[in-house]
Amino acid sequence: MSTSGPLTDDGLVQLLTPAGERVDHPDYSARVAHLDADALRGLYRDMVLVRRFDTEATALQRQGELGLWAQSLGQEAAQVGSGRALARQDYVFPSYREHGVAHTRGLDLTQLLQLFRGVDHGGWDPEEFNFHLYTLVIGSHTLHATGYAMGVQRDGAVGTGDPERDTAVVTYFGDGATAQGDVNEALVFAAVNNAPLVLFLQNNQWAISEPTTRQARVPLAARGPGFGVPSVRVDGNDVLATYAVTAEALERARTGGGPTLVEAFTYRMGAHTTSDDPSRYRSSAEEDYWRQRDPIDRLEKHLAAAGELPEEFRTALAAEADALGEKIRTYVRSLGRPATSTMFDHVYATPHSVVDAERAWFERYEASFAGGEHR
Amino acid sequence: MPSFQQFRLPDAGEGLTEAEIAAWHVAVGDTVAINQTIVEIETAKSLVDLPSPFAGVVTRLLVEEGTTVEVGTPIIEIDTDPTGEAPADAAPGAGPEVPVHGPTSDADPVQAGAPVARHASAAAEPAAEADEPGGAVLVGYGTAAAPTARRARFTSAEGDVDAGAAGPDATAAGAAPVRPATAGPGASRGGAAAPAPAAPAAMPTVRPGAVPTGEPAAVSGRRALAKPPVRKLARDLGVDLDSVVPTGPGGIVTREDVLAHQAAAEARVLATYPADDQPWLASGTVSPDGRQTRVPVKSVRKRTAEAMVTSAFTAPHVTVFQTVDVTRTMKLVQRLRQDKEFADVRVTPLLIAAKALLLAVRRHPDVNASWDEAAQEIVYKHYVNLGIAAATPRGLVVPNIKDAHRLGLHDLAEGLAALTSTARAGKVTPRDMSDGTITITNVGVFGIDTGTPILNPGEAAILAFGAIREQPWVHKGKIKVRHVTQLALSVDHRLVDGALGSMVLADVAAVLEDPAQALVWG
Repeated sequence: MSTSGPLTDDGLVQLLTPAGERVDHPDYSARVAHLDADALRGLYRDMVLVRRFDTEATALQRQGELGLWAQSLGQEAAQVGSGRALARQDYVFPSYREHGVAHTRGLDLTQLLQLFRGVDHGGWDPEEFNFHLYTLVIGSHTLHATGYAMGVQRDGAVGTGDPERDTAVVTYFGDGATAQGDVNEALVFAAVNNAPLVLFLQNNQWAISEPTTRQARVPLAARGPGFGVPSVRVDGNDVLATYAVTAEALERARTGGGPTLVEAFTYRMGAHTTSDDPSRYRSSAEEDYWRQRDPIDRLEKHLAAAGELPEEFRTALAAEADALGEKIRTYVRSLGRPATSTMFDHVYATPHSVVDAERAWFERYEASFAGGEHR
Repeated sequence: MPSFQQFRLPDAGEGLTEAEIAAWHVAVGDTVAINQTIVEIETAKSLVDLPSPFAGVVTRLLVEEGTTVEVGTPIIEIDTDPTGEAPADAAPGAGPEVPVHGPTSDADPVQAGAPVARHASAAAEPAAEADEPGGAVLVGYGTAAAPTARRARFTSAEGDVDAGAAGPDATAAGAAPVRPATAGPGASRGGAAAPAPAAPAAMPTVRPGAVPTGEPAAVSGRRALAKPPVRKLARDLGVDLDSVVPTGPGGIVTREDVLAHQAAAEARVLATYPADDQPWLASGTVSPDGRQTRVPVKSVRKRTAEAMVTSAFTAPHVTVFQTVDVTRTMKLVQRLRQDKEFADVRVTPLLIAAKALLLAVRRHPDVNASWDEAAQEIVYKHYVNLGIAAATPRGLVVPNIKDAHRLGLHDLAEGLAALTSTARAGKVTPRDMSDGTITITNVGVFGIDTGTPILNPGEAAILAFGAIREQPWVHKGKIKVRHVTQLALSVDHRLVDGALGSMVLADVAAVLEDPAQALVWG
């Protein structure tokens, strides 16, 4: 890789090398010191299950069961590491590829699929998981997150010293989004309002077919200080480093220290979405390079070298992954058409007379067909 | 009992309507696992591997490699319970049910959920196309109606009847009841190679032994029923009543039936062209009323069209004209034909015109050039590959005489002769046609005075050589009968201005008017 520009390896926080060796970092080692072998196996399990889910969903799209799928393949460490650093009360604004974060927030992964099958605009109650609905418009949700964080601030849920109350807001976006006005506006507003916000940038190096080198002359994290937002670059394929860096940024937000821009340097090993063919714009050599840096492999090597990956654990995890795949397949095939009347349900948060009148008209119209609901 | 599942072609992108089956990764008899890659398809966007939604044994590949099918078309059949017992007997219409698998299953029970009697599906294809139900769905497929909807082709009345009477007994290979009126690519498309779409709605309508409405009497073995005036009409028109499809009450042939049959028969007569008389119709498909034939654009016609569109809409053409007395050229041609040196070649006015053009190019080499749009450069050629537009049985081709600027008159005559005979034999190679620098089109051979020729792409000038006629002409102050022709030169005005084009044409005219001028300029 290059030694300057947006793709440099310089300054990446790393705690686990691609070979699975644990290395120390003066600022961040302490933040993962409490993670024992059980916790590491937990992170490993998270990543394996998320990857299996992602693979299954990709296959389901190819079988015509989903209209579209955005793969998270290769970004498991960035998502699981950051997601596992969150506190219960923290609130997440994802884009559309954060399947690993969704998993750490306690969503049943099947809930992500209704949107991609086109039978629901969302699929879950954001309030239940403090996990906002997926946003397909690039970057717009970073402004929503900023506004939400400013609301948290005005609710007085920042800097109280109560670990159950102090709240951080995290928004996930990609390298492509950094070129959008919305993300830059979010940085401006978050900075000047000292919002309790973590701007978690997954630089997977490809904005569909546009490489990061076509969007920046400097590492993307270097943009933060210009807005007055401290930033950090982390090896996004290192689940421990991602955890540590995020934990620090969250702590800063919750304690009133303001926003942080985290650039997790990772790689989109799959296509942008199932509608895309990456072989048309990137080399197989580049893909091989990143396959050597697979986020799951390096934790697996680390655990295996430490003798902390017993055969029974692997077997049980493989069975769990298979069961997850089967469950997802069965679930997706069983999804029915949503009742047409649900289109009126979430237009406004509170009852609205115009919507009620339209719903009543629509119900009369439906009832006018002999034999009940007309398809 | 085996359980056959069919996999429909999904939309692997967003809103794609069709894809080509690029390569099968499994064969009939293979055991497949869920999510195992079974086929590679090529969409408008990319090559995509499709994973199997079923585990089982492949029983049929429903679409051949290289075939493009619409999204929603079943492409493979997999037995998901291969260890079960074989079906009792594959009696027509009694085969095992084949649920068609796809995301429409929740949305459209008619399309996806209804059983498919597999043995009948192939034969039912022609009938099924009309009323395949579409499904309003949210996922992947859009409305996957009529999987292989093909336009109905002109068909003899008997052919239609075969389709109905064949019923479920017909096999995919044997039925092929639809016969296009003329052979060609259109015919093979309608054959057994086409995948048989599952057609639950239309299939069961024809049963063995039943007489479908619309079947001619002859097929069912009965004598045609018709009233005496209709019989007389049929006799007068030469229509065989037994071949007429009856639509009247009780299966009688009406007056309209006879007239319609005759109209159809006439259309067929119109449609039957002797291929060697009208070779351009050879691969065409005749319209149902026989009044039009649609021929796929391909080969020379396609290249000509592309070249002419490219040329006409990129190079701004300017054409200059000159009428010239070529009597001396005609005398020279006569003389040379007597000349022993030229005994082995054919001397024509075109030969002198070619030499005249070469001399003009020598005096104005900047006309022998080409516009390179991509590089934003003009490419001046220090050689002349002289193109001669030739009408051949395959269409217009423009082979060129390589390095014509080096050839003396005799060698130029040989080059012209070789080029002409190659073109006549239809053996012009792409190399013969490549890298032309300037062209002559001899419209005079068709008796035409002149025209405004379109440039051969990549060239900057083209000379049209008109018919040579004896005309009254002012010669040495008196009106005489002289040999007169018209010349037209089209140039690419991006790089050749009117002045240069005019000078080139004037030089050509000067040589043709007085070939001795060639001595001066040669």
